Amino acid sequence: MSTAAGEPTRAEVCVVACAEIWRDAGEIIVSPFGAVPALGARLARLTFAPEIVLTDGGAALMANTPPLSAGPEAMVLEAPMPYRRIFDVVWSGRRHVMMMASQIDRYGNQNLSCIGDWSKPKAQLIGVRGAPGNTVNHPTSYWVPSQSPRSFVEHVDMVCGVGYDRAAAAGPGATKYHDIRAVVTNLGVFDFDTPDHAMRIQSLHPGVSVQDVIDATGFELVVPNEVPTSRLPTEEELDLIRSVLDPAGTRERELA
Amino acid sequence: MTDKRAALEEVVAGLEDGMTIGFGGWGSRRKPMAAVREILRTDLRDLTVVSYGGPDVGLLCAAGKVRKVVYGFVTLDSIALDPHFRRARQQGAIEAMEIDEGMFYLGLLAASQRVPFLPTRAGLGSDVLRVNPDLRTIRSPYGEGEELVAVPALSLDASFVHANRADTHGNAMMLGPDPFFDDLFLGAARLRIVTAERVVEAGSLPAEGPMQSIAISRLLTDAVVEAPMGAHFTSCEPDYGRDEAFQTAYAKAAADSDGAAWAAFVARHLEGGEAGYLASLQVGAREAAS
Repeated sequence: MSTAAGEPTRAEVCVVACAEIWRDAGEIIVSPFGAVPALGARLARLTFAPEIVLTDGGAALMANTPPLSAGPEAMVLEAPMPYRRIFDVVWSGRRHVMMMASQIDRYGNQNLSCIGDWSKPKAQLIGVRGAPGNTVNHPTSYWVPSQSPRSFVEHVDMVCGVGYDRAAAAGPGATKYHDIRAVVTNLGVFDFDTPDHAMRIQSLHPGVSVQDVIDATGFELVVPNEVPTSRLPTEEELDLIRSVLDPAGTRERELA
Repeated sequence: MTDKRAALEEVVAGLEDGMTIGFGGWGSRRKPMAAVREILRTDLRDLTVVSYGGPDVGLLCAAGKVRKVVYGFVTLDSIALDPHFRRARQQGAIEAMEIDEGMFYLGLLAASQRVPFLPTRAGLGSDVLRVNPDLRTIRSPYGEGEELVAVPALSLDASFVHANRADTHGNAMMLGPDPFFDDLFLGAARLRIVTAERVVEAGSLPAEGPMQSIAISRLLTDAVVEAPMGAHFTSCEPDYGRDEAFQTAYAKAAADSDGAAWAAFVARHLEGGEAGYLASLQVGAREAAS
């Protein structure tokens, strides 16, 4: 990873990869968890997805697109969006969330609840949160800043976000609006565009080999014949990331 | 007209062992913390705590008050996890009902509407149905007959919510950005208690803020308690923000595995009644300033 002036860093490639998730998303709420997805959403809105709707991180929608570190004084609000209304949006489908995943498996089942047996976990994490409802109601993607066999696992310990196999087993009520779009990690971008919706390499970030990713994955990934390289930020994008959205460099710490 | 003003001790004295109690707010935001502290001072035990969980859950677990927690998450917001809750779960000290946070909303709504369940897609295909074997699905009588989750009513014995303002009749005003689900916590409960930063005469609430911010009608309230700093150390916008320094001290003491730091925290802040608690904050502020 080059840190020379002008060269994009890995974190900046990840920001653009997240932004690409919301290209052509239209007028929906984009809910990014994590600094890199949040920068991706703001970058998308400032460039190729101006229609997307963002919250202020609290209970309002934000009309402007301020830097990540901006306080309330820098935000221009456009409408209230308290939690109860968020659920109305979730259930209406007009949202695409990028959640984080402590564990994710080959069919996109995600866990952020606990590690180990749920009845007496080795490590209690935050809980299922809205992942079960999100995944069967609107598009969901994931951000994993540190891909490893501990996060990319054969089976997650607690299915919070519902993957393709589990949705299919649950029937049409679960599959009707189910759409696990992509997983962005520090190593690449993955999707489920395969006959059985097993996770596939969509692209690898510059400098990452197929073997690197296989070594960092606890299940068998689908490797296409030609593995594309994730696109680099344009000059405009790089300038927006560095000078406008994240002059403090928060993005680099999330990958460290 | 009934004057519903009461003292917190009086209201909490009406609770019983084994009750299912709801706490309003969300995470570490506008939690009815004065009520939680009052419960800590009692001998109550075996409670089922129903909460969009924050430090209310952690404190009650640490004090051995809890048999079961019903939650979608437990977080301190600016600190991701509550150490007391984590320990209680990891030691198997408490039972748990962990559900999607939208299911949680529907469970409170169902209880408020006096229907046994409400349907949703949320939960389908997830392990929420595996770890809660009592949850049932239901086939739609309409259209394609989709199978949906039937979220059971989360009926509560008692609920506490904290407001910015209330009046003596039990109307309550939320001046912050989000009323959360506090009206539903009250609607789902038999005994319904509102604590507030300030209680004003009935009829004078509209002078305190916009009419739409009066999120709680007196139809939903049995008792009103004036509790200044009643959400501390969680946030109570716009009256005060979260006390991040205090929360950090809480989380640090709670995380200490031998319990000495937690015992010191309790001795310093939680053993002197509510007046003692508020005084302990002044001492802390003076020390920080010196």
